[in-house]
Amino acid sequence: MPSEVLSAAPAAFTQASFDYICKMVYDHSGIALGTDKHYLVQLRIAPLAKAAGHANIDAFVGALQRGPVNGHRTSIVEAMTTNETSFFRDLSPFEALRQQLLPELIKNRGNQPLRIWCGACSTGQEPYSIAMIIHQHFRQLVGRVQIVATDLANTVLTIAKAGRYSQFEVNRGLPAPMLLKYFDQVGNEWHINDEIKRMVAFQSMNLVNAWPAMDSFDIVFLRNVMIYFTVETKREILRKIRGVLRKDGHLFLGTSETTMGLDNAFQRTTLGKAICYTTGGVPAAMTSTLRPSLSAPILARSSL
Amino acid sequence: MNPSSAPKALIIDDSRTIRLMLNNLMKEFGFETFHAADGIEALQVLEQQWPLHLALVDWEMPRMNGLEFIEKVRGNAAYDELKLMMVTTINSLQQVARALKAGADEYHMKPVEKESLEAKLQLLGLLAEPEVTV
Repeated sequence: MPSEVLSAAPAAFTQASFDYICKMVYDHSGIALGTDKHYLVQLRIAPLAKAAGHANIDAFVGALQRGPVNGHRTSIVEAMTTNETSFFRDLSPFEALRQQLLPELIKNRGNQPLRIWCGACSTGQEPYSIAMIIHQHFRQLVGRVQIVATDLANTVLTIAKAGRYSQFEVNRGLPAPMLLKYFDQVGNEWHINDEIKRMVAFQSMNLVNAWPAMDSFDIVFLRNVMIYFTVETKREILRKIRGVLRKDGHLFLGTSETTMGLDNAFQRTTLGKAICYTTGGVPAAMTSTLRPSLSAPILARSSL
Repeated sequence: MNPSSAPKALIIDDSRTIRLMLNNLMKEFGFETFHAADGIEALQVLEQQWPLHLALVDWEMPRMNGLEFIEKVRGNAAYDELKLMMVTTINSLQQVARALKAGADEYHMKPVEKESLEAKLQLLGLLAEPEVTV
């Protein structure tokens, strides 16, 4: 989703309204909005207030405090927790997947299904990126790999399931050969093809609530969402991830996130330029430094 | 930054406004930049300023268009290391295919945003990926 551009100076709303919104978001999602997020509340909640027939955020909050919240809580929480994402964001985790992890898993797992989880998947670009790598480079895994993608917000899951993207979204991070191979152009939209869509199962899931029963995953992507949680919530989530990550599984976080100081059961590992985390000890072969690529292998042109 | 150590990019577009916009972005990314208004001029600049790392190529230009420029460059082994990215308003899959088949390494549909150009440069291996800060 494009970076949000602030227009003119936002209208003021009270600290009490800001605190109300923050508490609602925290109680429902575990996400702690910092005191510097007034602009974001204005940007994302003002339209909801207007749609609900209120002159401003303060009036909206006043109505919520007096009367039933109804569906507004969901709308507010989803508006404040929607994460920005893009295809092949940060690149190196996907290079690690292609060059090291998937080949090793193919070797070590025999015919067992492989499971990959993308948490906080937002509008779907991350799980679809993984699906495209598998389809392009490991065709034998299609049908054997299960990519599960979850998010709290149903609005973004709807978008993700549809697999329809704007020109800006496909410009951002998607190699042109993959645009050619995996997308159809329909008017001003770019639709990912059905074969890739079928590789990803999207589900609603709140990371801070009780998790549904899940089979173990070989790889977990939980990138750029932990930064929004309190330390206690981060610890709890990492503890839960340990419960669903295979002993030789790998966890990818965002570039400014870490398990260090939060959960000592995780060990930091480098795969090329990517940092990831494991729990069960990893065979020496898996920790070898990948040859840094000048030209990202993901870019390798498919035959036209 | 020492200009001699900076990567070099050739910006090819018949619109001065677009050249300036791309110039500003590429300089922010640490590139030394050169300009040309069409494919003929671009070939001259390429020869004079070689080695270069990247050419940003508009499609529709007078004298020699972007596709013809790409075909010329790819027909010359001396420029094999040059990355070519088409940067154009033309946004049909057919034309993307033509450009890639002619030898373009990447294709960026206009309008160009800083984030999308940055991501393309990372794909081409011309820009460092975000550093892990922990």
